[in-house]
Amino acid sequence: MACYLTTTKHISLYWSVLTVLLLLAITAPAALAFGFAGASAARSRTAPVSWIGRGYIAVVRGVPDVAFFLFFVIALDQGIEYLRHKTLCPDWSEPIRQGNDFVVCQAAKMPLGNAPQWVHETYGFAIAVLTFAIVFGAFSANVLYGAMQAVPRGQLETAESYGMTPRQTFWRVLVPQMWVYALPGLSNLWMVLMKATPLLFLLGVEDLVYWARELGGIKTPRFTDYPHGDWRMWYFLALLIFYLLFTRVSEIVLARLMTRLSHGQATTAGDAQRKRTQA
Amino acid sequence: MTCLETIQAYALRSIGIGERRLPRDDFTLCEQVTLIGSGMIWNIYFGVLAMLAGFVLATVLALGKASTTPSLRKPSEWFIFVFRGSPLFIQFFFAYFVFLSLKNVHPFFDPFAAAWLGALIVLFFNTAAYSAEIFFGALQSIPKGEVEAADAYGLTGWSRFRRVVWPTMLRLAWPAYTNEAIFLFHATTLVFFSAFPVRGQQGDALYYASYFADKTFNPFIPYPILAAYFILLTLVIIGFFGVVNRRLNRHLPANTRQKIKLRMNLIR
Repeated sequence: MACYLTTTKHISLYWSVLTVLLLLAITAPAALAFGFAGASAARSRTAPVSWIGRGYIAVVRGVPDVAFFLFFVIALDQGIEYLRHKTLCPDWSEPIRQGNDFVVCQAAKMPLGNAPQWVHETYGFAIAVLTFAIVFGAFSANVLYGAMQAVPRGQLETAESYGMTPRQTFWRVLVPQMWVYALPGLSNLWMVLMKATPLLFLLGVEDLVYWARELGGIKTPRFTDYPHGDWRMWYFLALLIFYLLFTRVSEIVLARLMTRLSHGQATTAGDAQRKRTQA
Repeated sequence: MTCLETIQAYALRSIGIGERRLPRDDFTLCEQVTLIGSGMIWNIYFGVLAMLAGFVLATVLALGKASTTPSLRKPSEWFIFVFRGSPLFIQFFFAYFVFLSLKNVHPFFDPFAAAWLGALIVLFFNTAAYSAEIFFGALQSIPKGEVEAADAYGLTGWSRFRRVVWPTMLRLAWPAYTNEAIFLFHATTLVFFSAFPVRGQQGDALYYASYFADKTFNPFIPYPILAAYFILLTLVIIGFFGVVNRRLNRHLPANTRQKIKLRMNLIR
């Protein structure tokens, strides 16, 4: 059993667990950054900037997410190749869309056709991260926008009356206070992001789902030292348990974080904490 | 083929009626709109049935979770945790392979491995768990005064639940439940993208959209069509749930009524 679980393919499976964790570790801050930019843009007093922020939030949230994942990958890929084609091969005369084909010159292929395998994998991973960041950025922009609106008006007015510029008010008063309002929404989003990671499978990254299917399938003695029947059910059960545990741990960590953030805030939870310490 | 002929040939293609062969080249806009629309039949089928069945189970689960008896509470809590805590995508895969192995045990389980029943069951359980959590939250926030008033009128047990608790629970839960309905319909697109096989190219809207995107290398036509269909469907859902919401709130003065706020996010 120990031998079976450490075959090279199983090692790949464990690597893909790390891939998922890595994806979460990169995407969560990236999405937060996109969201922060989107929310700040939506709040902006310059009308066009505000329209861009609002438009970003509205468009991404309205469309079924899976469609977005499928659409974005091809669109991004083709967009990058198109731009590279325009700059790298200016004297290419044939049209790019030939009927049903998308043709760019060799030098514009992304990644280059002769690139090693790991470049292809990294490129696919990067596209996946970008897609996740864009989609979840819109969700978190919405949450952060709401949180910014929820900071009591009096706090901002006080900052203004102290003579702070709008920029100072934003960074020194609004941003430190908004997190406690944003956290319930963001933790919800984190759960959703976590549960969206199997969709990597759709983006063509060799992820958990791929390996579970690959390893669980029927193995005949001819091709492997460890023949077995159809075990895919058990592999997916293991995945299910993995995600459940992950959810549980996140719940606990987020609850702690919430207690931490509520400390000294003018909210019900913060007030309750203050009373408890005084009593 | 003219557009009318295309519609005649392909409008019911997703349930196996009409032209058998899908168009292979020179895709017209009309073909794409018709076939993707035809696929929506499946999305609506899964969504509506799972929603109706899930509503009943969700009420039971919510009451179970709010119960003080551990033997009722624990199973409901676990059910809700399992289905809300794991990705729907993985649930589809797991269920499919469970049904496949059950199929070997007894031929009774044959239809379960097909999407029309197997995926429906997964969606049913999933939406039941999510709705149960919403209903549970609503049960917890029923104003104390309403229950006390029911007690004062001598209503107990079933009649108190039927006349006071349940309508109030629905009224409080309805805005969140509307969102849940929208996500459920969005989630139906996952069915044929997870384990459940497409038989005879009879898939849902996303299946046909990705078919066209694969064949034409052009995602900019089929996916916006799909998006348009879903936005339309979402508007229909909002309209229907809005009517129900008005009915649930009809006894309240106009300014205290709950508006349905749309929070379109969440993948499962």
